[in-house]
Amino acid sequence: MTQSYYADNSLTWVIGGAQGSGVDSAANIFSRACAQAGFNIFGNREYYSNIKGEHSYFTVRVSDEPIHSHVDLIDILVSFDAETVFVHTSEMKEGGAIIYDSDLAETTLREVPTIDEYAVRRISSMLESSGKPLSLRGMLDYAHEKNIKLYGIPYFRLLKQFSEQMGDHTLSKLTRTVNVMALSASMAILNFDKHILSESIRYVFRTKPKIAENNVSAANFVYDHVKLQFSSKDLKRELKYKKPLDSTILVQGNQSSALGKLVAGCRFQTYYPITPASDDSEFLESHQILEQSNGEEGSILVIQTEDEIAAVTMAIGGALTGVRSATATSGPGFSLMVEALGWAGINEVPLVVSLYQRAGPATGLPTRHEQGDLLFAVHAGHGEFPRIVFSSGDIEESFYDTIKVFNFAEKYQMPVIHLLDKAIANSVATCRNFDQHRVKIDRGQIVNKIPPADQRVDGKYLRFKLGGNPISPRAMLGTQNGIFWNTGDEHTEEGHITEDPYNRINMMDKRMRKLDVALAEIPNEDKAIAYGNNEDQEVISVLSWGSTKGSILDALNQLNREGEKMRFIQLRLLHPFPASLLETLIRGSKILVDIEMNYSSQLASLVEQHLKREIDYTVVKYNGRPMSSSEIYNALKLITSGNAPRRQVLEYGT
Amino acid sequence: MALKFADYKTEVHNDWCPGCGDFGILNAIQMALADLQIPAYKSVIFSGIGCSGKTPHFINTYGIHTLHGRVLPFAQGAKLSNPDLEVIAVGGDGDGLGIGAGHFVSAGRRNVDMAYIVFNNGVYGLTKGQAAPTLKLGMKTKSLSQPNVNDSVNPIALALVSGFTFIARGYSYDVRHLKELIKKSIEHSGLAYLDVLQPCPTYNDINTREWYQGMGNIDEDTHKQKPRIYKLEDTGYDGRVQSEETYSKMVQAIEKSEEWDEKIPIGVFYQNEQIPSYEERIESRIPSYVRNPPARQTIMDHDGVPTGGISKLLESLRIDR
Ligand SMILES: Cc1ncc(C[n+]2csc(CCOP(=O)(O)OP(=O)(O)O)c2C)c(N)n1
Ligand code: SF4
Ligand SMILES: [Mg+2]
Repeated sequence: MTQSYYADNSLTWVIGGAQGSGVDSAANIFSRACAQAGFNIFGNREYYSNIKGEHSYFTVRVSDEPIHSHVDLIDILVSFDAETVFVHTSEMKEGGAIIYDSDLAETTLREVPTIDEYAVRRISSMLESSGKPLSLRGMLDYAHEKNIKLYGIPYFRLLKQFSEQMGDHTLSKLTRTVNVMALSASMAILNFDKHILSESIRYVFRTKPKIAENNVSAANFVYDHVKLQFSSKDLKRELKYKKPLDSTILVQGNQSSALGKLVAGCRFQTYYPITPASDDSEFLESHQILEQSNGEEGSILVIQTEDEIAAVTMAIGGALTGVRSATATSGPGFSLMVEALGWAGINEVPLVVSLYQRAGPATGLPTRHEQGDLLFAVHAGHGEFPRIVFSSGDIEESFYDTIKVFNFAEKYQMPVIHLLDKAIANSVATCRNFDQHRVKIDRGQIVNKIPPADQRVDGKYLRFKLGGNPISPRAMLGTQNGIFWNTGDEHTEEGHITEDPYNRINMMDKRMRKLDVALAEIPNEDKAIAYGNNEDQEVISVLSWGSTKGSILDALNQLNREGEKMRFIQLRLLHPFPASLLETLIRGSKILVDIEMNYSSQLASLVEQHLKREIDYTVVKYNGRPMSSSEIYNALKLITSGNAPRRQVLEYGT
Repeated sequence: MALKFADYKTEVHNDWCPGCGDFGILNAIQMALADLQIPAYKSVIFSGIGCSGKTPHFINTYGIHTLHGRVLPFAQGAKLSNPDLEVIAVGGDGDGLGIGAGHFVSAGRRNVDMAYIVFNNGVYGLTKGQAAPTLKLGMKTKSLSQPNVNDSVNPIALALVSGFTFIARGYSYDVRHLKELIKKSIEHSGLAYLDVLQPCPTYNDINTREWYQGMGNIDEDTHKQKPRIYKLEDTGYDGRVQSEETYSKMVQAIEKSEEWDEKIPIGVFYQNEQIPSYEERIESRIPSYVRNPPARQTIMDHDGVPTGGISKLLESLRIDR
């Protein structure tokens, strides 16, 4: 039997390089290939707010078992520049492997302009303390002493040979295949199936067949070179082909909510470009013509607006005509949308805002992760109006949740803020194929046909009719006999301005009471989900929301295997706050731990406000890099040991 | 049964100041709707915030009174989702050319098929008379403590360079003429800008009704008072672009728009039907757009099962295929 790749059948593979040099394509090929070989995949992308030149990297974790997160240590580091090796070697696992450009070995740390001063200082002190020169050579020596295998690849020489073999002397064109060459070298040391590799390259470059073939040839060329160059002793790792998992898809986190929108019946989306939200709109725009199962010609209209104020107000204008309407943005854009959110609130307009959070404030860390907008989403706006704040924990959830949030918006006639984030948007994962029919569409109380006033028992149609049910039937613009008015001012049942004090009370009550209805009707599994140990009473309950879910689940799996008694409660509905359900879910917990990707433990403050119970420990992170399951594992271990401070700040990441 | 002027009125108490120019504009809109026999339920009046923003409440059609400066994106969102609606946007000069100026320019670039009427009174009426973007430099209206320190924007020229394809100006006390301009704005295929000179007797004591009608405008020869306002069409001016003369028509419109004080033109400055509307541009990308626009699409069957399938997309993401 061949020695397997890694003890628990999983490995972490990282490729790095300058932005614009093909790091993403190489990682996509790797992910696709491994998925096709039968592995579960979880990948995430880290990059600077820059177009060309700065360091970006893509981490892909591959495993036999279902995985939901990344871990800290790297098994295989794939590089074709010096910076990647300088920056990531400290994260290497003992016994790991580094693929590097052997022509760059003499590069000094100072010669790499894109490494900033902070990193230079950290790397220098690491090398100095182990007596190594401040060069790539020094770093490789350091790695060697840590029992890391080094695979030097002379890319330039290989490119020349390859170009001769191809009879193509435009070397510059072929240098564009270096990313795939590096990837292929890693596949060779993993003894990965060459055919699947070729197929995956073709898939990723499927719109450019010529480029695809060039890359396939380059990959094969390097693969063979590595096999010849290194002894079989160095090549004993293996990612062995099994069989693709049944009905599995490999999805990017910036596609899943957009796919959900298409199924949900969202037919109008507006946006102003912003990372990491624009991908959602761009995906929709490039799939604007829809396949409809009823044979109708379907389409989604995506409008790039002049700013986020226009984006949200245009989406509201669309919603008034009855179309399911959304806008997608990130923190800076959402800040601009706030006045209009209140308008949608007072006029009871169903609107979905996909809020892809990133690290703030202002432009903050524009391409990095944070869950810093929870309380902002809950409170955004002047005055008081109802809204729903809902958060998804991973790629798969974000698909189904997107259909649900459109239902909530229409049923309760209010804006819904769907919290997503950079970590979800820039991750990629294998999931069970999405079921388009699992979540049904529920449009709530809408009226399409209204008889003339004299034929109605209750007289004229009133958009904001007061009465027992705070949710009044909604007509769309253009409905016969349905004329109504909207205004940002307080209004009458028809929608005209009034400042009457008693009407004000009635209308405020009508709007705010819809939140009680929503809280009563929204199913428990959409409010919060408890994972793990549900029998034992004396447990530690970990509370969190959003994309920390995967890392917490993976950490908890490990901890529960080790005999810890832990439960994870993932909050999904964050406003209105499901206090009584949470009360039940945490019953008997001896310790409450709150984990979130922000400075001030925003969920913890909601819990304390609504449950009158204190959170015992908080674990936070705000360095822009998503929490890994290793970090959470360690943080929770410290808590169970009794030695943890009340607040732990996680710091891992490059 | 034919629709009458009165069918477009509501019972809502109108709280504009007595003598406000807004009344004339309101009447002209109602008359234009009646003349065009547009069913009330098929039209939507969107407005911004200001005295002018209250207009939709007095008109018996769908009426959407939005936010300060945002009337155009609200209105475009509705029109693009349901192109069958007759959409008219109205608002103040502060609303459209101050806080909403960015949307003004961007709307021009889109050329969505609707009409936009700006109530140009030179002041921020509802906030008690501060200078609006159309007030001329150095003017000191009665509630200003100092003369206006900003130069004025020329809305006709701005509309033109932004891409509006119908540009006209009316006068709120010439209701019949204004009504005809509103009808043309509605009938124009593309985005129409209609600037309406609207005296605000409460705060603008310079550009008053009397002023527009000639007060202080003495003819050098006859020594008599001469109305400042004149009609472009009476001078043989033709703003319509017929074939390849877009540039000269634009130059001519800008020249005319610079006239002020002694001679103030009203009428159609510019009209170009050769520029495709936004709806036509979308149709070239989505062939079914006009037949089956967003608001009319069926999204589920009787049991609530979604009909917008993504099977092909999912198929391409499958890794076992
Ligand atoms: C965001 C915002 N800022 C300020 C205001 C206050 N405000 C109300 S009306 C108005 C100015 C209105 O002037 P104009 O648009 O010219 O309309 P008019 O009253 O002259 O018709 C302002 C500044 C507001 N409603 N919203
Ligand atoms: S303040 Fe001016 S614009 Fe406003 S209602 Fe009075 S007269 Fe009309
Ligand atoms: Mg004004």
